[in-house]
Amino acid sequence: MRLSGSEIVVRTLIEQGTNTIFGFPGATVIDIYDALLKHEGDIRHVLVAHEQGAAHAADGYARATGKVGVCLATSGPGSTNLVTGIAASFMDSTPLLVITGNVSTSQIGTDSFQEIDITGVTLPITKHNYFVENVDELADTLREAYCIAMSGRPGPVLVDIPKDVQQAMGEFADAGLVEPEEPRLLDVSQMEAAAACINACHRPLVYFGGGVVSAHAEQEVMRLAKKADAPMVCSLMGVSAVPTQHSRFLGMEGMHGHYAATMAMKNADCIIALGCRFNDRATGDRDRFGAAVHIVHVDIDGSEINKTTNDDFGIVGDVRLAIDALLPLLEQADHRGWRELLVKLRADERSQVDARQGLTPYNLMRTVDASRQEGAPVVTDVGQHQMWAAQHLAFTHPREFVTNGGLGAMGFGLPAAIGVSMATSNRTLLVVGDGGLGMSVQELATAVSVKAPITVLLVNNGTLGMVRQWQRLFYDGRYSSTTLAGYRQTDYVAVAKAFGANGTRVETVDALANALDEASQAKGPYLIDCVLSENELVLPMLAPAGGLDDIIVRVGE
Amino acid sequence: MNRYTFAILVRNRFGVLNRVTSMFRRRRFNIASLTVSETETADYSRITAVFDGDDGSKEQLMRQLYKLPEVVVVRELDREATVNSELLLIKLANRDRNKRNDILDAASAFEAKIMEYSRDAIILQLVGDTLLIDNFVDLMRDYEILESCRTGVISLSRGMSTMRDGVGGERM
Repeated sequence: MRLSGSEIVVRTLIEQGTNTIFGFPGATVIDIYDALLKHEGDIRHVLVAHEQGAAHAADGYARATGKVGVCLATSGPGSTNLVTGIAASFMDSTPLLVITGNVSTSQIGTDSFQEIDITGVTLPITKHNYFVENVDELADTLREAYCIAMSGRPGPVLVDIPKDVQQAMGEFADAGLVEPEEPRLLDVSQMEAAAACINACHRPLVYFGGGVVSAHAEQEVMRLAKKADAPMVCSLMGVSAVPTQHSRFLGMEGMHGHYAATMAMKNADCIIALGCRFNDRATGDRDRFGAAVHIVHVDIDGSEINKTTNDDFGIVGDVRLAIDALLPLLEQADHRGWRELLVKLRADERSQVDARQGLTPYNLMRTVDASRQEGAPVVTDVGQHQMWAAQHLAFTHPREFVTNGGLGAMGFGLPAAIGVSMATSNRTLLVVGDGGLGMSVQELATAVSVKAPITVLLVNNGTLGMVRQWQRLFYDGRYSSTTLAGYRQTDYVAVAKAFGANGTRVETVDALANALDEASQAKGPYLIDCVLSENELVLPMLAPAGGLDDIIVRVGE
Repeated sequence: MNRYTFAILVRNRFGVLNRVTSMFRRRRFNIASLTVSETETADYSRITAVFDGDDGSKEQLMRQLYKLPEVVVVRELDREATVNSELLLIKLANRDRNKRNDILDAASAFEAKIMEYSRDAIILQLVGDTLLIDNFVDLMRDYEILESCRTGVISLSRGMSTMRDGVGGERM
């Protein structure tokens, strides 16, 4: 049938099963908004306050479900405002479809009003992008974009559509749901050698990341750990992939990882790395890490093999299929000495637990955990609170913990939580700092407008805490531009109320528990302004560029 | 540091060269020479890239290339099994009558073609592999080089195999 380009856009989104999109209108997408109005029964458009919020919300939607999240913005500033959100998705490999309008093709290249070369701008932060010049290619381009966003290592795909292409008439025929490429094994030439290495080692360790969640390989990872008699540790992006209480799970490793996890990594003689990329925050000094161990590295993206480490054995392909192929080659292992060492490491870690009374980060997270319903999603922003949440909250389901790892974009939390709450229809807990909330606080308006069931737990220490921590430990306590208390005069409960949400301020553990209870009864967003001392640190900590043995577990006052 | 030559078959779409070179730039790959043109099939363009690096970065380069959806086939070309060619245009001042014959002798020895000959300037064209052209340019430094330009290397593997054999094959 003959339809306008804008009608084709909306019908293709519906055809691909998208029922929620996040966006903000503007001159070059009025036609698409016109079509959205016509189809509002089939597809829900969530009006955000700022386009960055649209990208983060769509990303949150994608992270919570594994489905493609979709956002929409106008040309020029609309599209440049998306950039941080696209980059956040790119760094964490989440499936995102970004649709932007642009000026008409006759005006392209003339610096016309609100014209920006957004395909050029986003070239390094998208998996792929398109500039659609012909209305007859529009539907297939969008379908291809869905496919690329979902297939292999997921990522953001941008489709830029000039206004005249939206208005032109073209042919449209329903094509059905696009499937991602079938998961495959691409290079298994080192599979047997890898298996032999695992069979011969004495202190194996399974280290996994976000790729395990993308490939839905959580059960396989646990099976592999059992057969290899190995403990499991994860990167930030792997948190919640396996249950926190799993007997083999030592927690997150890396710069702010659990002591036992990091020490296990240091003592392992064979690291089985699954769907993770040995980021600098995870490995510390790469020259010291991995010197005495063998690394078996499984990743869907061949360029991750040997990128930052010297991997002895690289297996390229879907991690679930790779583990399925590896398991029959492994003997059931029994590493008694290794298990005994791990028991000791866990005991050491327990002895380091912060036993102080009062509203400490540890007690704060324990209180949160006690009030959480099983499986209720947790979203974080970026900073100290993010690390405390990753360290101390207990998870039972994959995708339960949503956080921005690679880009570390402050401001991610609130809009992402909107996306997560809408995708799961579950009351979502957002843990956010006062610095990060300030970067996207306007999305409270969005949360109120859609009655998003979000408990905003503001961990308010009156500072830009993570930077302050570095200033304290590595810059002799010169707190340059990180002190907010007394400088800013923000009353966050009043802010929440001004946006039409409810909220309360708490300064004790008991008050926090009560407020969490109150929040769980709320219909929409509810903000808890939780006051924390500015001197709290995230520990343990690996000194930047230090090795795994330079772990800081305690800092004198 | 080694020198590697890659042939890269890409979909012939607007902006594809930009995608490839943007990736080289942001990942700091050291490209010594790059050529691009349409091929015998209008659907594809062929890029020849000469790259300086070690085996690890070479492997990275290939794998990063394959992550670009418009890259179809990447082949490392083995120097021994490949015909490599480059074209040089070089303009020399011709005012010094005493040197004219020397220049022509050198051109003749290298089988360079005279494209322009005037009272003021000579333009020579030389086709050959990189080493031959380097040597010729070096020799010409004895004279007054006004300007020069070279195409960069283009390469074809010997025998029946072609890049199109790899179309639709495994990407990794």
